[in-house]
Amino acid sequence: MSVASQDTAIRTGRVTRTLIYVVLILFALFYMLPLYVMVVNSVKPLSEITGGGMMNLPREFTLEPWFKAWSSAQIGVEPTGLSPYFWNSIKMVVPAVAISTVLGALNGYVLTKWRFKYDTIIFGLMLFACFIPFQIVLIPMARMLGLMGLAGTTWGLALVHVVYGIGFTTLYFRNYYAVFPTELIRAAQIDGAGFFQIFWRILLPSSGPIAVVSIIWQFTNIWNDFLFGASFAGADSQPMTVALNNLVQASHGVKEYNVHFAGAILAAMPTLLVYIVAGRYFVRGLMAGSVKG
Amino acid sequence: MAHTADADFKTRLQNWIPKLVLSPSIAMMLVFVYGFILFSVYLSFTDSRLLPSYGWVGLENYSKLWRLSHWEVSLKNMGIFAGLYIVICTSIGLGLAIFLDQKIRGEGLLRPIYLYPMALSFIVTGTAWKWFLDPGIGLENVMHTWGWESFEFNWIKDRNFAIYTVVLAAVWQTSGFVMAMFLAGLRGIDNEILKAAQMDGASNWNLYRRIIIPQLRPAFLSAFVILSHLAIKTFDLVIALTGGGPGRATELPATFMYSYTFTRNQMGIGAASATIMLMTIAAIMIPYLYSELREKR
Repeated sequence: MSVASQDTAIRTGRVTRTLIYVVLILFALFYMLPLYVMVVNSVKPLSEITGGGMMNLPREFTLEPWFKAWSSAQIGVEPTGLSPYFWNSIKMVVPAVAISTVLGALNGYVLTKWRFKYDTIIFGLMLFACFIPFQIVLIPMARMLGLMGLAGTTWGLALVHVVYGIGFTTLYFRNYYAVFPTELIRAAQIDGAGFFQIFWRILLPSSGPIAVVSIIWQFTNIWNDFLFGASFAGADSQPMTVALNNLVQASHGVKEYNVHFAGAILAAMPTLLVYIVAGRYFVRGLMAGSVKG
Repeated sequence: MAHTADADFKTRLQNWIPKLVLSPSIAMMLVFVYGFILFSVYLSFTDSRLLPSYGWVGLENYSKLWRLSHWEVSLKNMGIFAGLYIVICTSIGLGLAIFLDQKIRGEGLLRPIYLYPMALSFIVTGTAWKWFLDPGIGLENVMHTWGWESFEFNWIKDRNFAIYTVVLAAVWQTSGFVMAMFLAGLRGIDNEILKAAQMDGASNWNLYRRIIIPQLRPAFLSAFVILSHLAIKTFDLVIALTGGGPGRATELPATFMYSYTFTRNQMGIGAASATIMLMTIAAIMIPYLYSELREKR
């Protein structure tokens, strides 16, 4: 998308253009609808929702559902709110993103600038690993985490996310470094620079954009993961997505829709913020994962 | 002599460092991905129930699996879901991309609106749509209070229609992404060819049908591969939106595998279903990755 030009040779008449605008705006409304529903209903008392006012703006504005979702709603058996689970997710995401990005950068560097026999096969194996249905590794992974003494811990989850994330981070850095002039590397080698010196002094300073892409991709994926969290987390290491699901699916008591919506926004907030601040890089990551980089 | 031996050692070390750096990743991949795949496939031939066990039973799990109506329902749902999801996402994505490509004012505002659902967790998406589609408080109830008393929309509670609500929510989440893929393809098309065809009197319709859409072939292929792979992996969305219900009306292979392995203590059958999921994805991904990697050489 970086070389995209807005120019198109197609010309359209006035009626067609009006129609196009109408369709585009209708779709924009469709995409905004759930967000609108979540936001509006998270700040009104429960009675307004059950009374059929889901689409209305709040008559009585209240932040009570937000406080409740954050600090006192019943999650599982404890009335802790979502806050402890929010921190669980943070503690899992930060190391997992950092480690997988660093490994991805080093792998990409080796696979493009220090090529060896069968390197394409190794990369292909890594790439295929990104797309496997994770159901196929759930059972042995649960055993392995048990053997390593990491069952039910945040570190265990972080490890899982590193393992299944390096395929993508390697892909990003490999495609990025592939177009980096190899002559520069050779010149530095002749001057006596070693493997790490070249990486540190020559490649890393220009890796900013792709590092951002990789970090955002990993952050979004790991924060949003549910399958691994539901399969491997213990009661006190559950990530935000699992806790939100427990909150919403709870069968006991009154269904507090406003609290559910507030909780959903809390769970969506970090990735949504990243998207708003750095959407361009997010899109680049998505595209690089699908179309040739 | 000592000097050259030292230099020798240094160059040899330099040759080994890249492989040493790569080795932890390779080791993790071999153990956690390919080793685990072999282990799961092996388990699918054993009598494992609550815990892995190593009594060989041959193809018994597979023959049991294919006789289960629960599995049949999951596969049928997968067919409906994947088919509709891929077709609708591709149509909406292509349509929006073509429309956005007409020098639209406000494109910079519309594009992020179409794409933001992709940044959300499926659990969040599922929660939002679950309550919006709920006949008790959502759309149906709203229409009633707005005066349309006979309005009825209870698909999410209806065994025959619940799967379509999963399609709706999944399309909402990913169609913007497909739009971005097609838009990138459209922006890469050479305008000179189009201008030449216009000189020859080609209509817009013919331009798209004969020249533009055929050139989007790579984007179609990528969209198909990504969407089918997402469809097969769909799990969280169903859990959050319908929990597989009502009854088993929205069970998919991914939820089937999870419940057989972790709640019904039928690990052998769970492993067999996971193996079938893997083979389906491999049949799509391996040829695709192979051609992508070959072209790059």
